[in-house]
Amino acid sequence: MINKLWIGLIVVGSLCLILTGKADLLNTQILSSGKATLELVMQIFPLISLWLGIMNIAKESGLLDKVSKLIYPLLHKIFPEIPKGHESLGYISSNIIANMFGLGNAATPFGLKAMKSLQSLNKNKEEASRSMITFLIINTCGLCIIPTTIISLRILYDSKDPSFIVIPCVIISFISLVFGLIIDRLWSRRHYK
Amino acid sequence: MKMISSLFIPILVLVVIIYGAYKKVNVYDSFVSGAKEGLPMVSSMFFSLLAMIFGVNIFLKSGVIDYFFDFLKPILVFINIPLEVLPIAIMRPLSGSFGLALLNDMYKVYGPDSFISVLASVIQGSSDTTLYVITLYFGTVGIKKIKYALWAGLLTDLFMVIIALILVPLFF
Repeated sequence: MINKLWIGLIVVGSLCLILTGKADLLNTQILSSGKATLELVMQIFPLISLWLGIMNIAKESGLLDKVSKLIYPLLHKIFPEIPKGHESLGYISSNIIANMFGLGNAATPFGLKAMKSLQSLNKNKEEASRSMITFLIINTCGLCIIPTTIISLRILYDSKDPSFIVIPCVIISFISLVFGLIIDRLWSRRHYK
Repeated sequence: MKMISSLFIPILVLVVIIYGAYKKVNVYDSFVSGAKEGLPMVSSMFFSLLAMIFGVNIFLKSGVIDYFFDFLKPILVFINIPLEVLPIAIMRPLSGSFGLALLNDMYKVYGPDSFISVLASVIQGSSDTTLYVITLYFGTVGIKKIKYALWAGLLTDLFMVIIALILVPLFF
């Protein structure tokens, strides 16, 4: 799927640029992607390491287990395949909590750890498991209570009420999360039997 | 709200470290060995991100999106959807920073408290960059067959935009 999408993006984009006589722009785009990626990765690398360090303390002290036991009844309904007490539950809940507080930089390493431990439960290592897709849907919904970047942008432009968007954002992302989980459940019935 | 958000990180870090010390974990060593995992993680995500940024950038700069808007315009005018939010709604699953740049322009033109700007902000804030999330998470652990993940993600994004179009006017 990603393969076809990638081909589409590049072929359609390149042809359009060449046909409209903007081959120069295409050249700079091709060459600058590497730099753009490196800059992005360099920005998140130290933060990922930092949070992985903190996370490791929480794991070794048993705090992560406690959190995952606490949240297990709820998560079990969403992720029926994850056995009780599995470490992925702790990472999944940390990822969701960090997302809710608008801490995208902390949510990413927790999410990656969650994916890695879901991979350890996965039978076919090249194929996404059902729990992985469910976890992904939760992340694409951006369940965010405090959209920090947007609020600071609103403050920058002298908004009368910068946090006005919080309530509609929470309601709408929650509704779309529920919708996402329902589609995911329906779709997974067809794929995993 | 902002208070909670700014206090969250310090308190979280403090709780984790104090609890670790209380449980007699060597917190320093534990931190270092955990942080070491960052490098392999970043190096395994780099190449899938590179591929995706490469593809998305060419597509974004090509102007294909503009032709698409022209095509959609009459339909959107017919069902009374504000045209200005269309770029944000379509770009949201592809690129987070692109959407933020568009939002910045809208605040400049319409002011942050106008209906259009609020609608665009809610669309930007109620979702995440689906394509980036899929590339990052599946690329890092080496998943090749993503099954229905992309479709389910994009369908949820579309649903979110429709819900926003219905609900945001109720707040005015």
